[in-house]
Amino acid sequence: MLSFEKRDLLLTGLLFGLLMLGVWWAQIYLNAYLVRIFNTACIYVVAATAYNLVNGVTGQFSLGPNGFMAIGGYTVALLMLPVAQKQEVYFLQPLMWPFNAFSFPPSLFLLALVLGGLLAALAAILIGIPTLRLRGDYLAIATFGFGEIIVVLANNLIPLTNGALGIKGIPEYTNLWWTVNWAFWTVFMLKNLVNSSFGRALKAIREDEVAAEAMGINLFRHKLLAFALSGFFAGVAGGLFVTLISTVSPALFTFTMTFNLLIIIVLGGLGSITASTITAVLFAFLQEILREVEAPHTIGPWTFPGIPGMRMVVFSIILVILMIFYRRGLFGRWELSWQEVLDLWHRRKRAHGTS
Amino acid sequence: MDWTTLFQQFMNGFSLGSLYALLAIGYTLVYGILGLINFAHSDVFMLGTYFAFFMMGIFLLPWWLSVVIGVSLCALVGMTIERVAYRPLRSAPRISALITAVGVSFFIQNLGLITVGARPKGFPRPELMKNVYFIAGVRIQGVTFWVPLFSIAILLVLFYLVYRTKVGIAMRAVSKDMETTRLMGVNVDQVILYTFALGSALAGIGGALWACKYPQINPLMGTFPGWKAFTAAVVGGIGNVIGAMIGGFIIGLAEIMIVAFFPNLTGYRDAFVFALLIIFLLVKPSGVMGEALKEKV
Repeated sequence: MLSFEKRDLLLTGLLFGLLMLGVWWAQIYLNAYLVRIFNTACIYVVAATAYNLVNGVTGQFSLGPNGFMAIGGYTVALLMLPVAQKQEVYFLQPLMWPFNAFSFPPSLFLLALVLGGLLAALAAILIGIPTLRLRGDYLAIATFGFGEIIVVLANNLIPLTNGALGIKGIPEYTNLWWTVNWAFWTVFMLKNLVNSSFGRALKAIREDEVAAEAMGINLFRHKLLAFALSGFFAGVAGGLFVTLISTVSPALFTFTMTFNLLIIIVLGGLGSITASTITAVLFAFLQEILREVEAPHTIGPWTFPGIPGMRMVVFSIILVILMIFYRRGLFGRWELSWQEVLDLWHRRKRAHGTS
Repeated sequence: MDWTTLFQQFMNGFSLGSLYALLAIGYTLVYGILGLINFAHSDVFMLGTYFAFFMMGIFLLPWWLSVVIGVSLCALVGMTIERVAYRPLRSAPRISALITAVGVSFFIQNLGLITVGARPKGFPRPELMKNVYFIAGVRIQGVTFWVPLFSIAILLVLFYLVYRTKVGIAMRAVSKDMETTRLMGVNVDQVILYTFALGSALAGIGGALWACKYPQINPLMGTFPGWKAFTAAVVGGIGNVIGAMIGGFIIGLAEIMIVAFFPNLTGYRDAFVFALLIIFLLVKPSGVMGEALKEKV
């Protein structure tokens, strides 16, 4: 008989193998449109689970993931864009020094992603230090400002970001292999983190800061570490995103991005990594379906004009209604564990056996 | 930079600061009572400009009547938001209320985007604001002259309301201790409703005056003024009405002076306010006027 840890690890490995098999199949047989949605879904998984680590698990309200994603996205874009392409893109003002002289070969894509994530984590630490020592609301307002300021900077630092025009022609390195792997390992890591003593400390902070402190938890250090970790994964998600759609501009990382992530984690259930994973995938598909709703329709003799932007109105109403009437979201704080899956399996087998 | 330009810039910063002060008081009133950052406040501010705009543009009312109607509508919107979105969550965890506030704000913005469109509209300035005045030989635009004057008049009325009337005393009592105030026979729900009405009315006035100063209006225009006004409330000491006013003037003057002394940093004026917020959070989180309060356990 295997120990529980070994069994779970084995099952996780099995799941990973299945996922990789699925990716291999999808790369060959699935149409490009669906692959694109799955890519987006996986990027949402990375960003949303990381966001949930701060908002749901630690209970600190951050509104800045769009800023961290922007930092990661621009870093990866600047590192990966070929030098010749850089000269073409930056026709307003030449790109500033260190970045105009080199670019990473495709083999260093992973390094670029990690660097983007680290830079975002650094930004998170710099904002976290003044705000996380204070009451929670200051984090909300400072991160909100940070997200907006990053967009302003991206518009104004033309020698670095090419302003509002953005950077075009970034090589499309991101494919299902990258996104699924990042999504899988992010969820794997965060789930283990939430179940570790560090994760339990974070949850204690969420429930009652004073009691947690009395139990010997260093509030500031724990919050800061969670925040930096969340920033790292947001940065990576941003990097994956820009190499998926091969362009980056300030309009990509406005507050709407943060709002989407907020919808995902609230709908799934604040504090549950599993829930965020599921709702992130659902959300990617829901967005595509609602895109259809926004388009003009002709039913019989009547033509209904499409209302672009209707999605966001619907989403914000959903968010408010969820908060007032159904605060725990779809899954509450439920986390999937292998034990549960196995129990379900056994029960079903037994039910079949007796009937 | 010569003396006249400096004086002009000072007046400019002063009028901008008075607008921030009007907005910041709305934030600080709500925060003092509910401990909630009312993200929708900046959108009520935006609605204030649009209400005035439509009253003038469609119903062809005189500007002062448009502003009065617009401000009343803003107060109504503020009360509706409190009643519908915030009251059910009063005993909920703080993060739920914050998320709701963000949701309401996003809702108003996007409703604006799909109804009036994203394209900026030109706000018709009243004649009064177009005049040019000469003070001690310095040329001052009507807007720069009248906006702070109006704002200060309104602030005086506000201080009278908050410090001298029964409702104002009730508001301050609720912000000190909600439960005890309830025991004293004050209808707390009603007081909170009045607070939202007052704050939103100020935001509406601020919006109409803002549009006289910067006549390009669009549904997302509230975001940055709102955020800066909140920063002003933090700088002044959150929960403190006089502090919010002082904070507003500090932010407004600092922003204009940065642009005046370093013209090539104009694009970064918003980033500068952010730096100011971070510095204040590091050095004096309780703000200029605030008292350092330990949270009760």
